[in-house]
Amino acid sequence: MTGGGNIVARRPFPAAAKEKLADAQLRANLRRATHTIRDKRLRVVAEVPDWEALRVAGAAIKDDVLSRLPELLEQFEAAATAAGAVVHWARDAAGAAALVTDLVRATGATEVVKVKSMATQEIGLNEELEAAGIAAVETDLAELIVQLAGDTPSHILVPAIHYNRSQIRDIFARNGLTALTDDPPALAEAARRHLRAKFLSAKVAISGANFAVAESGTLAVVESEGNGRMCLTLPETLISVVGIEKLVPTFRDLEVFLQLLPRSSTGERMNPYTSLWTGVTPGDGPQTVHVVLVDNGRTDTLADDVGRQALRCIRCSACLNVCPVYERVGGHAYGSVYPGPIGAILSPQMSGEGANHTLPYASTLCGACYDACPVRINIPEVLVHLRQTGPHPAAERAAMRALSWTMRSRRRYAAALRAARRGAAPLRWVTGGTVRRLPWPMSAWTAARDAPLPPKQTFREWWARERS
Amino acid sequence: MVPREYEVARAPDDLVEMLVDRLVDYKATVRRCSVEGLGGVLAEVLAGTERIVAPSGVPEGWLSAYQGEVLRDEPRPLAVADLDAPGVAVVTGCAVAVAETGTLILDAGPDQGRRALTLVPDHHICVVHSGQIVGGVPQALRRLADPTRPLTLVSGPSATSDIELNRVEGVHGPRRLDVVIVDR
Repeated sequence: MTGGGNIVARRPFPAAAKEKLADAQLRANLRRATHTIRDKRLRVVAEVPDWEALRVAGAAIKDDVLSRLPELLEQFEAAATAAGAVVHWARDAAGAAALVTDLVRATGATEVVKVKSMATQEIGLNEELEAAGIAAVETDLAELIVQLAGDTPSHILVPAIHYNRSQIRDIFARNGLTALTDDPPALAEAARRHLRAKFLSAKVAISGANFAVAESGTLAVVESEGNGRMCLTLPETLISVVGIEKLVPTFRDLEVFLQLLPRSSTGERMNPYTSLWTGVTPGDGPQTVHVVLVDNGRTDTLADDVGRQALRCIRCSACLNVCPVYERVGGHAYGSVYPGPIGAILSPQMSGEGANHTLPYASTLCGACYDACPVRINIPEVLVHLRQTGPHPAAERAAMRALSWTMRSRRRYAAALRAARRGAAPLRWVTGGTVRRLPWPMSAWTAARDAPLPPKQTFREWWARERS
Repeated sequence: MVPREYEVARAPDDLVEMLVDRLVDYKATVRRCSVEGLGGVLAEVLAGTERIVAPSGVPEGWLSAYQGEVLRDEPRPLAVADLDAPGVAVVTGCAVAVAETGTLILDAGPDQGRRALTLVPDHHICVVHSGQIVGGVPQALRRLADPTRPLTLVSGPSATSDIELNRVEGVHGPRRLDVVIVDR
């Protein structure tokens, strides 16, 4: 069952990236933001003496989850149900969005407040609710900015990372939110005033979850502003949309992830607020609690021995912040709600549709993402694996077949080198050691690279001459 | 088998000092006092606050020197409008505090109450007894009596990093967090 929703790139990455690279303001905003967060992350990670041991444990816990997912999901369902929650299952994005919309409709509410959630972005929930006449109000500051701007998120953690403070003030002003200055505290105050009444009167809230504990049926939301707490505490009904890979086996496992996640994502020792709840608690919080478990291509991803490590991801976005490609093109170029290095391996595995097969090439394979990943996802390894197993153009396949035939015989190989050298000799006069543009079909190669000319002699030839 | 080579028991030299350092870094205000001095310190923190909310388990002794009105969440639960009224503060205890991360964990115990009480008022005063402070996150989670109760981990006043990735205090949760550490 392949996934769908907002994880399918509509345009090939190279085309989208080229357009974004022309936006100097975007590059400046991204550079500033990603460098701020990088430095903070390095500082708080350096003060944890057992950081590597925590990474190893985090990866192992998630691998354990992935190896016995069906059993743990059933355990979670039983525990959550016993605690008073209603657990639902959704196979794909469309099914999940329809299911949640039905749940909201059954309450009679025409407006819902939302906690920032990648899963609901992924399944296109806001669009589905809107079509059903239900207004979905994003309450996370960055999500609110993106929603008011009529834009889409460009970063996992900070969806509005592509805007600077004065752009945010303009977006607020266009929507009737007054901020006296473009100082971040003034902008935060404007958001507080705008959302306060909605929090206090909302009947239904929709959230995701950072972690779901199989043994107890507990869900966790990690946040900063308190908008999450508002949504998780005040409404009568709470609907949480949870990807099936969010499980951890035991409550104890949270001791690892609650150390790894805040330091990796916002570069803080701890985020301001983390909420954990288990089903329904009489007299405290929502009395109707739904949990929607979503597959949407995750089981497909699980079937790939090399690629499945992408499902360890805890959505911290450290890999985005250190990526030289992301820093220059931004999140929109990836065409999926999961951008950056993790998106380049997650989106194409969850869905083979659209232009997703171009995403594994959105990387220089420098490996900075692997170093930053708190659950040690070897992103370069998966990128190379997806490049090898993904579709290739007919011309490239033909060229590779010819190359393989040539290189299988010593004689053919030596003859080909000689021929190439003779062919390149006149060019050496003109270009000096490299060719900037080759004729079609090799032009596809030189569009973004220089082609080196073959050397004047090979090592074997040099050796033969020296020894003779 | 999951390798757990990480430290389970972190033991900094001075737990209280580390907790204070972290809380101040988050822009919380911290005061230290003796058991006998608590009432006086709380009255000082609450000077100018006309009305406070106190969960049922907050001892009368804590509020003995406070002059204003005390709203209790029982026998009838307070309305959200009461909690949201301008100038209302809430006084609670906590279940455990984490020195290394500057985190206060609320588990809805009698001196903390239901979650809305520490969320809607704009000013939260949290009393921490020095015996409740542990070094790191693993020790703290193991101290919780029942992890299936509603849990809230609070690390400083409400904040956001959403504008240019700089932390700014004060969004939807309490914008002012005062922590009173009671030394035993």
